[in-house]
Amino acid sequence: MSTVHKFPGGIHPQEGKGGKAVTAGLAMVKVPQPSRVTIPLQQHMGAPCKPLVEKDDVVKVGQMIGEPVGAMSAAVHASVSGKVVGCEPCILANGTQCLSVIIDNDFQDEWVPATRVEAPESMSVQELSDMVRRMGIVGMGGATFPTAVKLNIPAGKPVDTLILNGAECEPYLSADHRLMLEKSEAIVSGARVIQKVLGIKTVQIGIEDNKPDAVQAMSKACAAYPEFSVTALKTQYPQGGEKQLVYALTGRKVKMGGLPLDQGVVVCNVGTCYAVHVAAYEGRPVVERVVTVGGCVKNPANYLVRIGTPVEWLLNASEGLLPETRMLIYGGPMMGMAISRTDIPVTKGCSGIVALERTDALQEEGPCIRCGRCIQACPMQLAPASIDRFMRRDMYEAAEKLNVMNCIECGCCAWSCPAKRNLTQSCRVCKRIITQRRREQAAKKGAN
Amino acid sequence: MQSKLAVSSSPFLRNTAVSTRDLMLDVILALLPTVVASVWFFGAPALALILVSVFFAVLAEWVYKKLLHEKSTISDLSAVVTGLLLAFNLPASAPWWMAAIGSVIAIVLVKQLFGGIGQNFMNPALAARTILMLSWTGLMAANAMPNGGQILGLGKEAADVVTSATPLVNGNYTLWQLMIGDVPGMLGETCKLTLILGGVYLILRQVIDWRVPVSFMATAFVLFWIQTGTIYSVQSGTDNAVYQLFSGGLILGAFFMATDYVTCPVTRRGRVIMGVGCALLLFVIRFYNNGYPEGCSFAILFMNILTPLIDKFTAPRSFGVSKPAAQKSGRKGGAKA
Repeated sequence: MSTVHKFPGGIHPQEGKGGKAVTAGLAMVKVPQPSRVTIPLQQHMGAPCKPLVEKDDVVKVGQMIGEPVGAMSAAVHASVSGKVVGCEPCILANGTQCLSVIIDNDFQDEWVPATRVEAPESMSVQELSDMVRRMGIVGMGGATFPTAVKLNIPAGKPVDTLILNGAECEPYLSADHRLMLEKSEAIVSGARVIQKVLGIKTVQIGIEDNKPDAVQAMSKACAAYPEFSVTALKTQYPQGGEKQLVYALTGRKVKMGGLPLDQGVVVCNVGTCYAVHVAAYEGRPVVERVVTVGGCVKNPANYLVRIGTPVEWLLNASEGLLPETRMLIYGGPMMGMAISRTDIPVTKGCSGIVALERTDALQEEGPCIRCGRCIQACPMQLAPASIDRFMRRDMYEAAEKLNVMNCIECGCCAWSCPAKRNLTQSCRVCKRIITQRRREQAAKKGAN
Repeated sequence: MQSKLAVSSSPFLRNTAVSTRDLMLDVILALLPTVVASVWFFGAPALALILVSVFFAVLAEWVYKKLLHEKSTISDLSAVVTGLLLAFNLPASAPWWMAAIGSVIAIVLVKQLFGGIGQNFMNPALAARTILMLSWTGLMAANAMPNGGQILGLGKEAADVVTSATPLVNGNYTLWQLMIGDVPGMLGETCKLTLILGGVYLILRQVIDWRVPVSFMATAFVLFWIQTGTIYSVQSGTDNAVYQLFSGGLILGAFFMATDYVTCPVTRRGRVIMGVGCALLLFVIRFYNNGYPEGCSFAILFMNILTPLIDKFTAPRSFGVSKPAAQKSGRKGGAKA
């Protein structure tokens, strides 16, 4: 096995009540279907889909209800069978509104006919990319980058390594962990489709060493394939960051603004590989995913959830929040989003719902004491305190010179700050404003 | 339930084990053994000076913030640390008002006028010590003789306020006396054992970066070794590396002054440069002014001023960002400084 590289920086965040240790041992449970689902037409990075259904249409499970628009897009499908009651804007976890299809469940669970692929492993690159786009597959780790774009490798780009991301470094989450234990064969099967179609030599599966059972299960599942190897990685946040994982397993550094592809690597989350398997061999699109409900809930669990199920439904399945709950997080507690309402639907990128009794992020900020902890913690080797200083003075060019665009928003800097400064937020603000300015400049150039 | 849910930006977990106040509390804890040692050797006047300077440091910070209608910052305990460190830089014979004036200078002039905690460009306690030294040279240079146990009535008789040359000039002290602090000098710089104990505690607790004290002491040791040609011998008096290392304010400076977050570089490489630079300057000052007591203070203060420059030249190169040609030449300049 090749040497494992240690990415710079990183932290070891402590979990509170109902952490990984609690949910890791709980098998996935199919949560009962809700009577109504809200399916946003934008569940991926990129433009929203074009709705294909209208009010009063009758839909079946797996029926395409949103057609991908533009290159950066993936189809959206009905997750229950029943009647469309509306197609209207709904609020997402990030607070924005998104056109969504609302379906009343008839509980018949009637599926559209499966569209199996003959001999998936001998598809062409274009066929695989088309299938993935049609089946609505996006990065299931949370980034929701359209997998079709990732797999549609331009001619002349050599790719020698496929990396399966099973690190699951976010505290409290165990969705990928359970998937690796219970669907290890399917994950490997999905990965083999990608590997064969793209003609990749080696497949590396990276799993944090706090999941020895997952390492074992995945090793067993891929034992028959010599090009596959499983690597137990040091448990350290953010081990599952794409650039960190690529570096840990191959020693290659993804350049600022670049993609793993430039280094000859394709990275897929284990959940994405599972979705590829389901699409290729069972002919079914993404209509459900694994969601960990953890932290301050009565019964933490890993649920198999139909897309569009409201958060409230999952909390009820776990018998509700404990009274000490102060924050509710959509996603993981390091990179997720705090939500104040529970009618928000589960989307393809939602790997967990975490209830926290702590309000660490609400602590009053003190002055920076220049201790240097943020610099040492930053896995991208940035100077967050300096970026923060520039952001507060609207000096975005100066922040750009400090390579703020390389920030992955992992939260290590804010986590480690003794003055409790919201350093990650500052980096995020800089990134947004710089991106906006670049866009404006490009538009101006285009107009001239 | 729904209305009670708080929202904020990520990350939602923060390291609850470390806050500014916790860090300062650890520094205070690390300084306490040396407080005990200084009171043991220098008696009640030492205790009085420590209390006066801590009191005035906290008072000055509180009053300043009050006058500016700003939120009080005394609860972060940084003023207590400054007060303690200032007292450590006074001779036991110093009058109480000097401690008070020094504390006010440190807090108001050096720290608050530049924006308070995190903004000062010099170590407040050291800058105040230097101002006191230049203003009342006679009082500051009067090094009281230590008299172990006097506060408990165990001391030698008729030993009060006898001053004597420090080990920087007088080479007749034994290594044991140097280590336990049974030598004349400033309150908190004589007892090396407790200083090292506190310093190691701070390193183990990851409050301070080991790179600063280790590079500081190692460089100083090697330089004095080269200069004197001796590691240690009783006959050579002050002219050996060990004696120089454990004389004057070097150990106090290396662990507690040069490591001050605010006035020390933030990068790991920068911190090594800080330690090496302090040692070089200290060596130069002691080499040309044999027995001059301010070597360590000036060395650290000078490096404090260089800190922004060191930070600039040792700024981390972000992951996956290629090295621009301009930065390369810049780094060479930084190493020279």
